[in-house]
Amino acid sequence: MSSTALVLSSGDIPWPPSIDDFYLPDLTGGHGVLLTKFTAMVWLAVAIILVFFLVAYRNPKMVPSKAQWLAESIYGFNRDGIAKEIIGHDGLRFAPYLATLFCFIAVTNIFAIIPLLQISPNSHIAFPILLALITYVLYIYWGIKKHGFGHFMKMSLVPPNVPGWLLPLLILIEGLQNFILRPFTLSLRLFANMFAGHMMLLVFTLGGFVMLNANTLLFPVSLLSWALAIGLTLFEALICLLQAYVFVLLTSSYLQTSLAEEH
Amino acid sequence: MAYLAFFAPEGEGATEHNPIVPIWQEMLIGAVAFGVLCFILMKFVFPRMNQMFEARVDAIEGGIARAEKAQAEAQQVLSQYKAQLAEARTEAARIRDEARADAEGIRQDVLAKAREESERIVAAGKEQLAGERQSIVRELRLEMGTLAVNLAERIVGESLADEARRKGTVDRFLAEIETAGAK
Repeated sequence: MSSTALVLSSGDIPWPPSIDDFYLPDLTGGHGVLLTKFTAMVWLAVAIILVFFLVAYRNPKMVPSKAQWLAESIYGFNRDGIAKEIIGHDGLRFAPYLATLFCFIAVTNIFAIIPLLQISPNSHIAFPILLALITYVLYIYWGIKKHGFGHFMKMSLVPPNVPGWLLPLLILIEGLQNFILRPFTLSLRLFANMFAGHMMLLVFTLGGFVMLNANTLLFPVSLLSWALAIGLTLFEALICLLQAYVFVLLTSSYLQTSLAEEH
Repeated sequence: MAYLAFFAPEGEGATEHNPIVPIWQEMLIGAVAFGVLCFILMKFVFPRMNQMFEARVDAIEGGIARAEKAQAEAQQVLSQYKAQLAEARTEAARIRDEARADAEGIRQDVLAKAREESERIVAAGKEQLAGERQSIVRELRLEMGTLAVNLAERIVGESLADEARRKGTVDRFLAEIETAGAK
């Protein structure tokens, strides 16, 4: 296999990138999972967001300072751009949670391209699953609270105006979609984007070194590879914010369906 | 091993780290961290932002309301001024008319009084004139009689004075002259 030759020639560069690249030794050098780069990054994200908001909103003014304006813009974007837009006036009560969710995902995502961190905690599926689970619980809780269990189930499972003989099939499909696929797709989408993004950056960055080590004549190709890595990093930045937006958007869209009056 | 994991995810390398199996400890830490974040932001930051947004809306809408109120007040004051102005104009016109009427009345009065006065003066003058004429005539008659008697005395040389006085010759004579003059 030619890839075997590459591995041998690349010396200490771990090649090709593998799933193990996402499971680094913990901060004490062992194999624990409580004190790893990932958990540290999650705490770091929490600290950054808290410090930013608490400092920016320490002494709010009617005419905002730059930091206050930025903080208000982020919240306002979630409040008016997502909560109010998708859920309607009822959505305003979810705005604080949605804004928190957005900030958390955006910051943890953007770690993927911050030098030295360079990986997003969300490339470990535990965090996306946790966030999707909260969304799922909120979705079902508000649906049952608003409509009662029976009515909410009927709303979620039985589409209006369909012939009776189709109902068994439709109930199966709707149930699968609303109660099983929703949390899965929500967490998988975020996880896969962050996982694949990191993998791509590894491939192009390390690939450049691997080719250079294999043969000095491949230097131009290495340069191309690194140029692509830089381009992909910028692209990744876009993906990071976009995925945070999509996650919040879908969360509010689910909440909207559970709060909707009728189908 | 790493290479095996990449090309053979079903191999033994993958069983150790399956990327779609969550590490439950990480979920726990994530839950605590995200919980702390939610608690602080949703309790201390975003409600204050909501208040600030509302305060801003209030400030803007309050400003608009105040401006509208001020405008309404200004409108009211303007119409009030206009009404007062119109009232004042009619009042002024009325006063002018009255004054004109008064002036006319006064003029008529003054004129009438003046006419009366002048008539009175003329009448008094006439009366006086007549009286003076009477007295002058009387004096002249007396004097003329005396003069005529004196003249006659000198001509006749006699003292006719007593006789003439006695007989009223002079008076008769003068009466004749008067009647002759009157003819």
